[in-house]
Order: sequence, then C-alpha cells, then structure tokens
Amino acid sequence: MRLFKTLLISAAVALGAGAALAQEGIDDPTRAAYYDSFVGKRVAYVPVAMGFDLTEGWAMGLREALEPLGVTFDIRDPNWNTDAGAQAITSLISEKPDVIVVHNPDVQSYARLLKKAEEAGIYVIQVNMRSSYSTDAFVGADYVGMGEQIGQRLVDKCSPANGGSGKVAITQGVLTAAASIYQMQGINNVLSKHPEIQLVSNQAADWDSTKAKNIAATVIQQHPDLCAIAGFWDVMDIGTAAAIKESGKNVYLLTQGGGNRMACDNLANGTFSEVVVYFVPGQARDMATMIKHLLQLKQPAGTTKTTLFTPLNFLTKDNMTAASCWDLPAKG
Amino acid sequence: MRIFGRVSQEQIVFGLAVLLCIGFAVSLPGFLTASNVLNLVRSVSILGILGVAMGLVVIGRGIDLSLVALMAVSVAWMLNLVGSGMPLPQALAVGLAFSLLVGAVNGWFVAYAEVPAIFATLAMGTLIYGFGRYFLFALDVAYIPDAAKPLLWLGQGTLLGVPVPIYVFAAVCIAGYLFLRYARSGRYLRAVGDNLAAARITGVPVRPIIVLQYLLSSMIGFLAGIVTAASVASMNTRLALSTYVYDVILVVVLGGIGLSGGKGGIRNVVVGTLLIGVLLNGMTIMDIQYTVQNVIKGVLLLTAIVIDTIVNPRDEQTAQQGDI
Repeated sequence: MRLFKTLLISAAVALGAGAALAQEGIDDPTRAAYYDSFVGKRVAYVPVAMGFDLTEGWAMGLREALEPLGVTFDIRDPNWNTDAGAQAITSLISEKPDVIVVHNPDVQSYARLLKKAEEAGIYVIQVNMRSSYSTDAFVGADYVGMGEQIGQRLVDKCSPANGGSGKVAITQGVLTAAASIYQMQGINNVLSKHPEIQLVSNQAADWDSTKAKNIAATVIQQHPDLCAIAGFWDVMDIGTAAAIKESGKNVYLLTQGGGNRMACDNLANGTFSEVVVYFVPGQARDMATMIKHLLQLKQPAGTTKTTLFTPLNFLTKDNMTAASCWDLPAKG
Repeated sequence: MRIFGRVSQEQIVFGLAVLLCIGFAVSLPGFLTASNVLNLVRSVSILGILGVAMGLVVIGRGIDLSLVALMAVSVAWMLNLVGSGMPLPQALAVGLAFSLLVGAVNGWFVAYAEVPAIFATLAMGTLIYGFGRYFLFALDVAYIPDAAKPLLWLGQGTLLGVPVPIYVFAAVCIAGYLFLRYARSGRYLRAVGDNLAAARITGVPVRPIIVLQYLLSSMIGFLAGIVTAASVASMNTRLALSTYVYDVILVVVLGGIGLSGGKGGIRNVVVGTLLIGVLLNGMTIMDIQYTVQNVIKGVLLLTAIVIDTIVNPRDEQTAQQGDI
C-alpha cells in the first residue's frame, strides 16, 4: 500500500512538473542545435563573374538565407578570368572556409581544385554549370533534358506537319561551357529522330549580343523562310531579337535564362516568343538548403553527392504571371 | 619586286576583297543580293566607325587601346542615367563629356607626360572599366530604358531602304576625310604622325594636336557606342574586356594605315572594313564556327602585314624610331 501511495504521489508530482513545464513551453529539441551549427561558419562564393542577373541573384538569395543565421558570406569575383578563379579557389583552400559555392566556367578548369578543396574538408557546392568532378552537391538545370525539351519545342513549332518550314537555327554561347555541350547533346537527341527538321545554322556568339545579331541577320537573309531560332541566353538574344525585328520576318525566338524581370518584359512586348526559365531565387534557396543540410550533418566533405535539378518553366506571353520573374534591387 | 613597286597595301586588300566577293558570289547562292550586301555593310558599320576613330589616332602615330572600353562604359552609364530619370539630352551630354574628359586625359598622358601611347591607353582601358563597374553601374549589361527609345532609330531604323548605321558610318567617313584633307589641324595631325620633330621645328603645336587625336577618337567612339547600343537595344560593358579593340586595329592595319604613322587615310579604313565584312558574312553563310573564323581572321592579318613588309620595306626613320 505504501509503495502504491509513493508511486501515486510521484506520478502526481511528475505530472504537475510536466504541466508546469508545458506552461513554460517545451524546448524544440533541435532548435538550439540548429542555430549552433551555423554560428561562426563561413561560406565563400566564386562565380564566373559578378555583374549579371544570374550570379547577382544567387548571391542575393544566399546572403538573405545565411547571414541572419550568423554565417559569413564572402564573394570572390574573378570577372570572367578562369585563372583568377582558380587562384581564388586555391587561396580559399588554405583559408579553409566551411563551404565553397562554385560556378564553373567550363567542365575542366576547376576539377582538380574542387577535389583538393573537398580533401581539405571544405564542402563544395556547384551551381548551374557543372565541373567534370562531382562534389557534395550540384544545383542547376538538367541541360541535357532541357536540350531535349527545346528540341521537342522546335519540332512542335516548325515541323512541316504542323505548318512550319522545318528550318531552325541555333545560337550557342561558348562552345566549351557545360551549358552549351550538354544542351546540344539533348537537342541532337531529338533532332536526329526528326529528319524533317533542318538545322541551317549552328553558331556560337560568345555570349555577345552584337555577334548574335549579326549571325541571326545573315541566317535570316539566307533562309527567309526560317521558322525558329533557339538561343542559349536571353541577355545575348536581345541581339537576335533585334535582327528578327529588322528583317520583319516572323521567326519564333526561343531563348533561356534565370527569369530576371527583363525576360518577362521582353515576352510581354513580343521581343522573345518563349523563354525557358531556371528560376534563380529557387536555385539560391536549393543551395542554401544544401548548405544548411551539410553543416548540420557534419559528415566529412565529399561523403555524399547530391544532384538537385532545377525545375524548368517554359514561359510565353500567355502563361506568364507577375510572379514568373524576379527583380534585382537597384544598386543605390 | 619592281612589279609590286606601285601596288599599295590598300590596293592589295581591295583586290582581295573583290576576289573574295567574286568567289562567294559564285559559290554561295544569295550572297550577291541587294539585301545581303546591305546587311553585310550594316554588320560592319560600327566596326568601321571605330576604325575611323582608331585610324585618326594611328595616322598621328599613336594608338588608342581604351577606345572600346571607354565607348562601352560611357554609353552604359548614359543609359543608366536615363533609366534613373535624367532627361535623354542631358544624359547624352553627360556621357559625351565624360568620354571627352577621358580622351583629354589620355592625350595629356601621351603628349605632356610623354608616356608611350600603347601603355597609357592600355592602362586607361582597364581603369575605365573598373571605375565604371565599381562606381557607375552594378550590372554588366545596360538595357535601353523607355525614355531612350528614340535612340533605337540610329541602330535599327532604315532610311530609303538602307539601314541607318550605314549612313552614320558614311557620315563619319566623310567628316574624317574632310578633316584630314581640309582642316588645318587635320594636316597638322598627319605631319605630327609623319615626323614629330620636323613638325615641331616648322612650328606645328605638336602637343595640342596629340591631345586632339584622343579627343576625336573618344568622341567618335561615343557615337559608335550609341549606335551599338541602339542596334541591340542594350550595351554590354563586357565588350571592354573582349578582343574587339584588336578587331578595330585589324581593320585599320589591314586597310594599309601603317602603325608607324603619317600614312593612309579614311579610304584605307573603308577598304579594311569591307574586307572584314565580306569575310565574316561569307563565313556565317557557310556556317563556319566562330572559333575557326578567328583563326581565319588572324591568318589574314598576318598575311596583310607580311605583304606590307615586303612591298613597303622599313625606311631609315622607322628603323631608328621603331614601330609603336
């Protein structure tokens, strides 16, 4: 009986204490650990260059997600210079930040450095353009799949069965960039099954709008019945669009980009016919999520390899909304 | 060598352009149509305008490697100013003033501080791009804002069926020709380029004339920049880091304006521009990749220089002073 009484009392005490605790609020068991894992951490970001919508958008998204948690966010801007980028990564390896976010100019240049960085215990996240070496995470468009979808759009638009002339042209950026190589592979996968589609021109414009314009002007000149041009970057294809406008022909311009406001404006005013968007703020969020994941798991760098392909959005004048594009804050 | 004695490089290049034209006309259907020829000239008219600017400096025995960087930065800044609400004429004035100021500084370095032109302008090009990127604008590409839409006509409009950039190119050529031929300072410029010491002894104000060269090139460069921006509805300041300025030099040297100064005129620029235009247009029609196009351009430049060296051997003066 005595035992029973003791048990009863202790149970009552425990309950009471529990209730009291509940009134104060039970601590979320992961909350403290979550914040602790970020304090004093450092993330370094090496884009191919700052100063254009994609890299500025990623930087903005990462900064917004990480800095409130107490993570230091550094930008090393090699300004289109691959050597400077390699040096930045080399010096980062000795400075030992916790995470490096890399935007590769091509598939080869940084491959060995990224491996070294992982061996030095730094998590490496690659964005949008892949290196031949796979690191902890890759966040970006599935360019082969994107190429296949673009190829399919060209077939849908231009196949003689659908009333098109079957003639299409492609304006690439730089031939060695991952974006160009993988996408061409995807486009070829589709076009090789459709002999009725004739690829009349396949040129690289070096991401430059003036070159893109001159190429497009000449191609339209030679093939007045050209049905569509697929360009590999909206900023460059402003030039392609100018050539189409000047020719007065009805050429379908399918371009692609990060979904900056400029893309929607140009869809609205008819400069572009269709834009394939890999939404930059979404990519920034994916990267921030991966960084938080890695910093909490605390496994050695290079243990896991994750690929996160960005969902693609084929925007046209008809299906776009005010939220389809995003804005960069103006520099004050 | 006697047979070649009278053949100038300009004539060689012109002959080459005609030969290429005939070759393309025979082998490429659609090359020799009125619309393609117009398109061909339009596509190189900006290069030609810049060629005139560079040509004037080179005739005066200088070189302006900051030409393209200055053009890109001043026009991009101008567009940003319009975008942030400044009236278009005022923004144009500010852009031009900035351009002229940098030109004057270039000229001062070369004429008064006596820094070799190639170093002064090389450094200035880098400086201007960095300055622009850091202080004047945040993004590499400046789009034409709505308030600046009237400018588009300069790059995309047509007059009597001919694209406007061709008229601008023609106007700049005529102005350049008249300046070199009839203006006193134009003749001085050639004299300074030919022999600086002799020009000074005869009483030519040598240093102001050198400053004038760079002022002219920055002014024409600004105009070329506006046409560029208008024709693609945006200005990509990354042009400043590209090899575009060497294309401009290619046009000048190919046309036969010797780098040792004092030789050649606007006609040479026109001939050089046409050759490049024919070549680029033909190669694009043939769907030759851009990288291969660069190889062909490079080989052509080397060929032109070799022919020039054989036909016009270095004279005593150049041998002593050296080329730039």
